[in-house]
Amino acid sequence: MTSKELKIKSIEYRRKILQYIVKAKAGHTGGSLSCVDVLNVLYNEVMHVSPENFTSPDRDRYIQSKGHCVEALFVVLADKGFFPEEDLNTLCRYQSHYIGHPTRKVNGVEQNTGALGHGLPIASGMAIAAKLDHKAYKVYTLLGDGEMPEGSNWEAALSAAQYELDNLCAIVDKNGLQITAATKDVCSTDPLDKKWEAFGWAVREVDGNDVDALKEALLAAPFEKGKPSVIIAHTTKGKGVSFMENQLKWHHKVPTLEEFDKANQELENAAALLL
Amino acid sequence: MAENIEKRPYKANLEVYSETLQRLAEKDSGIIAVTSDSRGSGKLVPFGEKYPEQIIEVGIAEQNLVGVAAGLASCGKKVFATSPACFLSARALEQIKNDVAYSNNPVNVVGISAGVSYGALGTTHHSLHDYAVLRAIHNIIVVAPADNYETEQAIQQAADWPEPVYLRFGKKAMPFLKDDEKDEVFKLGKGRVITKGDDAVIIACGETVYPALEAASVLETEGIATMVISMHTIKPLDTGLLKKAAEKCKVVVTVEEHSVNGGLGEACAAYLMQHSIFRPVKIMGIPDEYTVTGSQTEIFNHYGINKTGISDAVKNLLQNVSMDKADK
Repeated sequence: MTSKELKIKSIEYRRKILQYIVKAKAGHTGGSLSCVDVLNVLYNEVMHVSPENFTSPDRDRYIQSKGHCVEALFVVLADKGFFPEEDLNTLCRYQSHYIGHPTRKVNGVEQNTGALGHGLPIASGMAIAAKLDHKAYKVYTLLGDGEMPEGSNWEAALSAAQYELDNLCAIVDKNGLQITAATKDVCSTDPLDKKWEAFGWAVREVDGNDVDALKEALLAAPFEKGKPSVIIAHTTKGKGVSFMENQLKWHHKVPTLEEFDKANQELENAAALLL
Repeated sequence: MAENIEKRPYKANLEVYSETLQRLAEKDSGIIAVTSDSRGSGKLVPFGEKYPEQIIEVGIAEQNLVGVAAGLASCGKKVFATSPACFLSARALEQIKNDVAYSNNPVNVVGISAGVSYGALGTTHHSLHDYAVLRAIHNIIVVAPADNYETEQAIQQAADWPEPVYLRFGKKAMPFLKDDEKDEVFKLGKGRVITKGDDAVIIACGETVYPALEAASVLETEGIATMVISMHTIKPLDTGLLKKAAEKCKVVVTVEEHSVNGGLGEACAAYLMQHSIFRPVKIMGIPDEYTVTGSQTEIFNHYGINKTGISDAVKNLLQNVSMDKADK
């Protein structure tokens, strides 16, 4: 995809995230909007995974550790043809498989996640399996900066470095806000780059809402032979909608119809500027 | 009956775990042991020396241990995630629940030095809650083999079990429950009848089955015919066998190296009550307290988990039954 096509894709995804959250009357709006550029680039430009090869042991794997932002994942998976998009009309409805966190009942979802601090250990296990089997697939996992204080992340960071998992790439969606307050005011993990480095990882920092920068970084991983890679993606919570950006309340606030229309209009305008 | 059995050489179930895993690994490179600095206590040093590619060491990090195991299992590996039961079933409980059971990654979660195996090390190292917490989690079976035969069989079956399995081993050498297992069929999920009798049934699991068997010997000398069941699979409970045994016998005694809350005994009692099988039941285990310290044997003796304590429990229940009859 060209840079422009990727940017338009992100806007399209953002519109759909809002559309289905409004319909479901539930969802994690701010975080889904901050991380969707990462998913866009991963699924459209980087990973070798599709509905056709999803059962292949050679496919690349993606684990969404920050599972609450499932709306971003579902919208991207639907776009890639893993399931019909109209299924998302049942999002968070009674007996739907499309619940508020990733589950394997949904085609394209690798692992059930939702409780924080689980993605990196599982992804490490998959990366170890690839090494044992001499397979070339890569494993990607998306972490939230708010989930970084979970100790299991740092347990996994240690062993992934010990096992030299250069087929593993973690991306931290560093939008700086979590449910209570700014991440730095809750339990700061800064300087995050230095921490990952100290744990034996190769680190890059990018603008996580810049698809070109993301593409360059993701395709460059592993950044060092014998080291797992981490991309600290600096993002904006609520990205793309002026009145949602960097606003704590949009962590899981559902837009009213009026707010949805306004947001939609902003996103349409942004797309029009690209055309 | 128990005296003859002691003549047959036996070892700790943990050692059988390691030997069986080595045999399986010889034929299957997909067998992977994951340990948290516990290859020594898990008797997995020879496994690691023989199959260095098939042992993954994550250090003292139980949450990561289970997460990594889940990732490996999702890629088709037959994983045995090994760590002391006290930490594994508490610190990594959320990983067992979400990454293993909920995600249906068929990991064998192996709790070693379980119960009060680490007797003198105290409460931090005792695992008396694992049956209770794992019974409450869907899609994982809970298994505590009693002797070397059951251990070998359980591991072999667990390796190919399509769902997650929790296996629990103690440290002590465990005598065989029978002189010979010829013609026996061991099956995960099915209880194993060790002795037959229709006065009382003792249902035990893991390292408490042998003292139950000794108690049955004592009772036999006093003319009380006791059925002893090794209920090695605590979940799913073999309710068919439980029902048959309880209907046949006058009283039911359960014995386990676990808190009396939420374990084998409560599982049996709940089933019997809910199916209108009204028998006097005594649940023997560790009472709701932090245990005394000492060796496993000393702790068992303290709580009456020995031939005298168990046989007395049976006799007391039988006496109550006959008194009830006399009252009527």
